[in-house]
Order: sequence, then C-alpha cells, then structure tokens
Amino acid sequence: MADTSELDVAYVAKLARLNLTAEETGLFEKQLRDVLKYAAKLGEVDVSHVEAAAHAIPVFNVFREDEPRDWFTAEEALQNAPRQANQLFVVTKVVE
Amino acid sequence: MSQPELPALTIAELQGLLRRREVAPREVLESLRAHIEATEPKIDAYLSLDFEAAADEAAKVDVDLPLGGVPIAVKDIINVKGQPCTCGSKILGSYRAPYDATVIRRFRAAGAIPFGKTNMDEFAMGSSTENSSFKVTRNPWDPARVPGGSSGGSAAAVAADAAFGAVGTDTGGSIRQPAALCGVVGVKPSYGRVSRFGLVAFASSLDQVGPLTKTVRDSAMIMIATAGHDPKDSTALNQPVPDYTAGLGRDLRGMKLGLPKEYMIEGIDPQVKAAVDAALKQLESLGAEIVDVSLPHTDYGIAVYYFLATAEASANLARFDGVRYGHRAENPRDLLDHYGRTRGEGFGQEVKRRIILGTYALSSGYYDAYYLRAQKVRELIRQDFAKAFAKVDAIVSPTSPVPAFKLGERTADPLAMYLADIFTNTGNLAGICGISVPCGLAKIDNAQLPIGLQLLGKALDEARIFEIAHAYEQSTEWHKAKPPAPAK
Repeated sequence: MADTSELDVAYVAKLARLNLTAEETGLFEKQLRDVLKYAAKLGEVDVSHVEAAAHAIPVFNVFREDEPRDWFTAEEALQNAPRQANQLFVVTKVVE
Repeated sequence: MSQPELPALTIAELQGLLRRREVAPREVLESLRAHIEATEPKIDAYLSLDFEAAADEAAKVDVDLPLGGVPIAVKDIINVKGQPCTCGSKILGSYRAPYDATVIRRFRAAGAIPFGKTNMDEFAMGSSTENSSFKVTRNPWDPARVPGGSSGGSAAAVAADAAFGAVGTDTGGSIRQPAALCGVVGVKPSYGRVSRFGLVAFASSLDQVGPLTKTVRDSAMIMIATAGHDPKDSTALNQPVPDYTAGLGRDLRGMKLGLPKEYMIEGIDPQVKAAVDAALKQLESLGAEIVDVSLPHTDYGIAVYYFLATAEASANLARFDGVRYGHRAENPRDLLDHYGRTRGEGFGQEVKRRIILGTYALSSGYYDAYYLRAQKVRELIRQDFAKAFAKVDAIVSPTSPVPAFKLGERTADPLAMYLADIFTNTGNLAGICGISVPCGLAKIDNAQLPIGLQLLGKALDEARIFEIAHAYEQSTEWHKAKPPAPAK
C-alpha cells in the first residue's frame, strides 16, 4: 500500500475542482490519514491471482433499438439553469 | 375505522379498505396529513410535502390497482416531477425535478401516490442522517438518538406512522441500517433489480432503490410494483419479476440458514447479540436449520467499500458544476474559480471529505494501490458469498452492531461512522439482496431501541428472503411494537 504520509489534500482538492478552507484541509488531512491507516489492511490480502470485479452480476453488451424518443424540451432542460438567455445556458467565459 | 387510526395501518390493510370502498383515497391523505402535522415537529422526517399535488392524484386514482390510493414517501434523492430533489444538499437547494424517475413512474402506474420527500444524509453519504444540510431527523423511539442513515427520514417516517411505506436507497446499508434502528422493515434489492433512472447517483456499482415498510408483505408489494427491466437504465436486469407475495406464509422446513462466524465481532452490543441469538432459536423452531458458514474477507469490506464508493462518488459528483442546474458561485473570475467555489460553497463536509478520498484513490500513482486492489478484494468478497450460498438458502446476521446511537456521538469521527455499515456493506459489494426485520428492543437509558435482523440472499433471490423474513416476523410480535407517541 502507498504511504499515507503522501496524502496532500490541497493538491487533491485542486484535481477535484473543489475549494476547501484551510480548516477543512487540515481536518481532512488528519481524518483521511486515519481512514487510510485503517484501510492499509487491504495490503495483507493476496490478490495476485484475482481478476478485479467489474460488475457485481455479470452482464454483457446491453443494447437497445436505436430509435428516436421524446425527451426534454429546451424549456424543461433549462428550468433549473443558474443563468440562461436565448434558450441557452449562460456559462462562465471559457476562451479569451 | 376512524380517521385518526388510519395512519397506523399497513399498506396491505389500507389497500383492503380502499378496495372495499370503506375509505376514500382523499380521506387517507387527510388523515396522514393530520398525523404528520403532529409527528413532524418531533422527528423532522420530511424535507418537503405536497398534499395538493397528492390530492389531485387521489381524486382520479383507480383503487383497484395494486397500490391504488396508497401514499408513498420518497427519499429526496429520487426525482418526482415538479417536486424538489435536494439530495439533502445546498447545491441542489432550489432544484425542481423536471421528470419522474422510473420507480416513480411505476408507482404511479400501480396507483401509489407520492406526497413527500424524506430527509437524508447529503447525497446518501452517512449512517445517521446528520449530514443533511437542512435538518436533523430524530429517532421516533428516542428523540435524543439518530434514526440511522442515509435513508433516515424514510425510516423515521414509517416508524412514526407518518408514512404507510417509503422508498430509500442503499449503497452500503442505507436502507437496512436505518430500518433496523427505527424498528421497520427495509430491503436492499439485488444489484440491477430496480431501475435507477432518475435516482441521483452516488456509487453506481453499489446503489439500489428499495422499500421501507411496516411489514415484510408491504415491502414485497412495493417490489412487485417497482422492480424490473428499464430501457433507460442499462444496469436494470432484463429478468422477470416474480410475485414476491406468493411464497409468504410457507413454513421454513428444509430451509438452511448460514451463520457467518466472522460476524460475531467485538464491539457488538450484548443486547443486539442476545436478540439475534433468540431470533436464530425462533427460526429453528420454525423448521430452519442453522449452519455455520465462513465469509473470510468480511473484515476487509469497509476498507474496500470506502475506496470504491468514494472513487465512484468523486466521478458522479463531478456533474455538480453549477452550469446546468444547482448552485453557482457569484461572479467567478474564470472557469476554475467557478468550479472550485461553486462546489466548495455547495457541498457539505462529508461530501467534500469523500470526494477528496475518492479522487485520491483514483489519482495517478495511487490507482493500483487503492482502487484496483479494492476491486480485487471485492471479487474475493463476492466469491465468499458464492461459496456460502452453495450450502445455504440465506445468511443471517445482525443488521447493525449497535442500536440507535446518540445525536452527535459519532460526527467527529468519520471512521466510527463508517463502521456502522460493517454487516451491510458487503451485500452491496457482492450485488446480493438483503432485508432487515425487527427482532427485539434494547433497553438503554430508559428508552426502548429497536434491533434489526438481517437476512442476505443470493442475487435475484428476493422471493426467498421475503419468505423467511415473513415467517419470522409473523411468529413474533416485534413488528407490532410502536414507538412512544410524541409528547403533545
């Protein structure tokens, strides 16, 4: 198992696009180290001959007919939009 | 029957009255509404109620349908058209569902009437409902204690007769554990048994929708109405749905029940152990044979669960980006600031903690050590159950190692809270089905606190665990025990 001291909460928060307060960062660092210490027991298990479980019940290739179906109107899709205009979502500027 | 007595009925009893036209759906809703007005100040089980919309449905419902005229409470993580669906989170505080989840469509087709959304741990992450961003739900048996979680609002409502039946979701025990702590029946169906279209996803390889009810029969009735294939959810198995009530009433002669030695852990409350031991004797007296089985990888379940569930959650919750719905931060400087602040402001602490753990488990350099290894140990847990089920029809255990704990008792220690799911989470990892039925009352601090018996069955073998649970339930009085009436 990886060394739990390598857990850098501030860095992981950046990856997750999740702003944390300094207090949260410190608290999570301590709490998640405890969780990782507990979870280190997974290192005891011999998994050298085990295939990772992909699905609890094996199911393969679920297909359906490729037919058009009714779905949301633009109004319905926009009804929860934080900002909208001209039947479009208004988003934060992405390009300069 | 006088109106005030109606809310205490089971779904099966209510359905009988409705079909015989001895009571009208409108009267049922009115009596339920009056009762909820009395219980809600004490337990706070609901996040929203809409009796106007429910009354419109009651006016036109066909009471001869399987659940015709039966009001159903819905965990606030399942979309009910026109209603809020907050998932217990500020990030969805103003969201209104634009559509019905498949389970809700099926409920409506069966004549059931959704009328309220129940409180829950934010995004179903928790075992006490204390992680709700909106309110604290109290256990009807002792208001100083938690109802369990994450479907704590659903369990508390059913226990207090503030719902005839409810649906919740179970990712690691979130139906069965609150059912046990509130003294009601809770079912986690097999993975793929019930469509999840319209359920806000937490951990997609584990989540299932299932009933919380006063009796096993009521749960079986809800399962008949809601289970089955759905073209909108490719994980919903294309397998016929049996009549789950057909086997109810059979005796247990010839039935073999496995008792896993790994479940008799330290830390199990002595009153819980005594109640489960008594339940085993009762099951034997009904004709079942108790057989020792071994599930050697049980002890790894929680560790496996927390890597996989958080990894999946970190991906699923990426959709809460403040673009199409939900909270959006004011005046972002740029896109990164938009995402970071929207999510930082919108999510509560447990959700943030799990997103961090899940992102870490999936991040470069750690994926093999945590995520992949956890998936492999999950496979060993699945094989443990497969070996056990080759010998027995079902597995018996406590649902929770302890009765309801006190509000605030475990909130500072996430690991202690995670261990509340120690007997339930492996069922989700293996994809099998499980049920919790009341099997006793512990006496702690002058309060009586319910104890739950868990029965685990093979994948898609719900009919079997309903049969066993029903036989046990009907041979005891535990399901008739009611919490003390709320003080006026």
